[in-house]
Amino acid sequence: MYRQEQRSTLDLFRQMLRIRRVEEALAERYTEQKMRCPMHLCIGQEATAVGVISALAEEDRVFSGHRAHGHYLAKGGDLTAMIAELYGRASGCSQGRGGSMHLIDTDAGFMGSTAIVGGTVPMAVGAAWASQLRGEGRVVCLFFGDGCFEQGVMHESMNFAALHRLPILFVCENNHYAVYTPLEKRQPGRPIHAIADAHGLHAQELDGNRLPAVRTAADKAVHRTRAGDGPQFLELHTWRWREHCGPDVDDHLGYRTPEAQADWLARCPIEHEAVRLRALGLLDDNDRQYLENAIQHEIDLAFDSALRAPLPRVEDMYGHLYGQ
Amino acid sequence: MVSKPLADISPSLAVREQTGIEALNDALSLCLQRDPTTLLIGEGVPDPKGIFGTTSGLRQRFGPQRVLDMPLAENALTGICIGAAISGLRPIMVHQRIDFALLAMDQLINNAAKWRYMFGGQAQVPLVVRCIVGRGWGQGPQHAQSLQSLFAHIPGLKVVMPVFPDDAKGMLCAAVADNDPVIFIEHRWIHPLRGKVPTGYFETPLGKARRRRKGSDITIATFSYMTIEALSAAHSLARLGIEAEIIDMRSVSPLDVPAVLRSVAKTGHLLVADTGHQSFGVTAELIARVSRQGFDHLRAAPASVALPDLPCPTSHAWAGHYYPTAASIAEQALRVCGVRIGEAQRHELSTLQPDTPADIPNPDYRGPF
Repeated sequence: MYRQEQRSTLDLFRQMLRIRRVEEALAERYTEQKMRCPMHLCIGQEATAVGVISALAEEDRVFSGHRAHGHYLAKGGDLTAMIAELYGRASGCSQGRGGSMHLIDTDAGFMGSTAIVGGTVPMAVGAAWASQLRGEGRVVCLFFGDGCFEQGVMHESMNFAALHRLPILFVCENNHYAVYTPLEKRQPGRPIHAIADAHGLHAQELDGNRLPAVRTAADKAVHRTRAGDGPQFLELHTWRWREHCGPDVDDHLGYRTPEAQADWLARCPIEHEAVRLRALGLLDDNDRQYLENAIQHEIDLAFDSALRAPLPRVEDMYGHLYGQ
Repeated sequence: MVSKPLADISPSLAVREQTGIEALNDALSLCLQRDPTTLLIGEGVPDPKGIFGTTSGLRQRFGPQRVLDMPLAENALTGICIGAAISGLRPIMVHQRIDFALLAMDQLINNAAKWRYMFGGQAQVPLVVRCIVGRGWGQGPQHAQSLQSLFAHIPGLKVVMPVFPDDAKGMLCAAVADNDPVIFIEHRWIHPLRGKVPTGYFETPLGKARRRRKGSDITIATFSYMTIEALSAAHSLARLGIEAEIIDMRSVSPLDVPAVLRSVAKTGHLLVADTGHQSFGVTAELIARVSRQGFDHLRAAPASVALPDLPCPTSHAWAGHYYPTAASIAEQALRVCGVRIGEAQRHELSTLQPDTPADIPNPDYRGPF
C-alpha cells in the first residue's frame, strides 16, 4: 500500500511535468507556423488538471473548453494524436477537423472540448444525466474558466444538475483573466463558488496550484457525487503564464502587474510539488533527470510520428457530416 | 435499426383515421415503447394540456424519468440533451413554439450540427427537436414564426415538415430512429387535420417528397401547411383548365430536388409555396436548384408564394393580408402558366377566399392557444 501510494504521488508529479514539457515544446515549434490553428496553452495550470483528474476512475468522463491540452493528457488522451491534430493531420484525434480547441479521446474518457466558452457545460451535464438514468455509476467532470461563469448556460446547467442531483464535478479554473480583462472588471466582488453554492451545489474554493490539496478536495467531491450527493463545485485559483492564445509570454503588454506575475511564478505547481517530494525523500536529482529524459523522449517520438502522418485527403472532406 | 418506409408497409396493415395530434402521440408512444433509451422532455410535456395533446398520457405510461418537464432554460436543456445523445440516449425535445428554439441556437448550431463532423464520426447526436409554428389567434411576432430556412442553412442538421397525419407519425418515428439531429417542424394547423394512418410502428423516410396530386400543366412544390392550400387551389385551377401536380416536399433538408425535377420535366412550370419568409428562404433555394439543374425543362420563369418580409402580425385585421392562401397560389400558378386573368379567372379565384378568418385554422377553433 505504501509503495503504491508512493508511486502514485510521483506519477502525479510526472504527469504535471509531462504536460508542462509538452506545452513548452508546442510553444517552441508553434513559431514554425506549421501548427496552423489557434492554441491556448495551460502552462502554470497543471495542478488543476492532474489533481482533479487523478481523483476520477478510468470510466469517468471529462469535458473541457478551449484550453484543454492538460485535461486531455491527464485523462489519458493519446499524445501523438493530439500533436497530429495540431498539425492538421488525418491521424489527429479529430482527424484534422478540430485542431487544438476540439480534442477528443473517447477510449480514454475525454469526451470533447470546444471553442465556444460554455459550449460543453450543458453537454457534460447531459452526460451525467445519461449516467444517472442508466445507473452507470459514472462521474462526469467538467473544466471551465472564470469567464465561462458569466455565461447564462452555466447557470441553467447548474440548476438542472442540482435539480436532478447529477453525478458531476464542476471545476472552475479561475485564472482571473478573460483574455486581457480582469475578473473584477467582469464580475462583482462576490466569490464564484458562493454562486454555485446558492445554486445548490456543494462548493468550495482553494489554491489550484497545490497538487495535494487539489487532489484531496477532488477525491472527496468525486466520492460525494458518486455516492448520490449531487453536483460538486471546485473553484481553483490559478494563473496562466503565457498569453491567452499563442506561444508567447505577453506581460510586456501591461495588463497584469509584474508583482502578480512574479508572485504566481513563485507558486509554480510543479516546482512546489518537487520541493515537497524532495522533503519526503521521494524525489532526488537523478529521479528528476530520469523523468525529464523519459518525457523528452516521448515528446520527440510523438512529434516525429505526427509530422510523418499524412494530411487528410480532399475526398474525405464531405464525410461524417451525417451518419448512415 | 430496421426501417419500414410507408410504401413498403403491407396492405394488410390496419389503417385508422386519426388527427395529426393523435398520430404524433401514437408515434411518441411507439418510440418510447420500442427503445428504452428514448426520452421525451420539454416545457409542458407532462402537464394537463400535454403539448396540445401530443404528449398526453405518456408520463403515466413511461414514467417520470423518461417523460419529463424542464426548467425554462432552452439553451442548457438543448445542450443537456446533446450530451445525453452522445452518451447513448435518444432525447426528443419539444418546444411549444419554434421561437423558443432561438434561445438554443448556440447548442444546435455549434454542437448538435457539428459534433459528428468535427470529431470525424467518433460520436453522434441522435436528437429530435419538435418545434411548433404557432400561427393564429394573434400569436404575433415572437410566437408564430416559420424558421425552417434558418435551420436548413446549417450543414449537419436535418429539417422536416410533415403535413398529413400518416407522415407526421411515420416521419417522427424516422426522426427518432435517425442518428443525426432532426429539427421536426409542426405547423400547428396540421394538428387538427384528419387522415388515414397505419397502426403500429413504421418509418417514413426523411428527405423524400411525396406527390399528393397528379397534374400535367404546372408543378406546385409545397412546404408544410401550404400543401393544404395548394390542394384547394388545384381544384379551382382544374376548373380553369390547368392541371397542377402537387409535390408535398415533407423535408427541407435534405431537399428532394430530383422529385421536383422529374415533375417539372413533365409540366415545364414551377411554383413553390412555403410558410416562411420570401427572402433568403426555402422557395428561393428550391427555385435556384431547379433552375440550375433543369433550366431546359422550364417554359416560363418559376414563381413563389411565401410570407412577406415582415414580422408576423398580431391583429386579426392584418392576418388575411399577410398569410398567402389557396387563392394566392392559384393566381400565381395561372401567371406562371401564362393564363391571362380575366373575368372567369377572377370569379374562380374569389371562390377560394376562405370562409374563416385568417387567424384561425377552422371554424371550430377557440382561443386562447
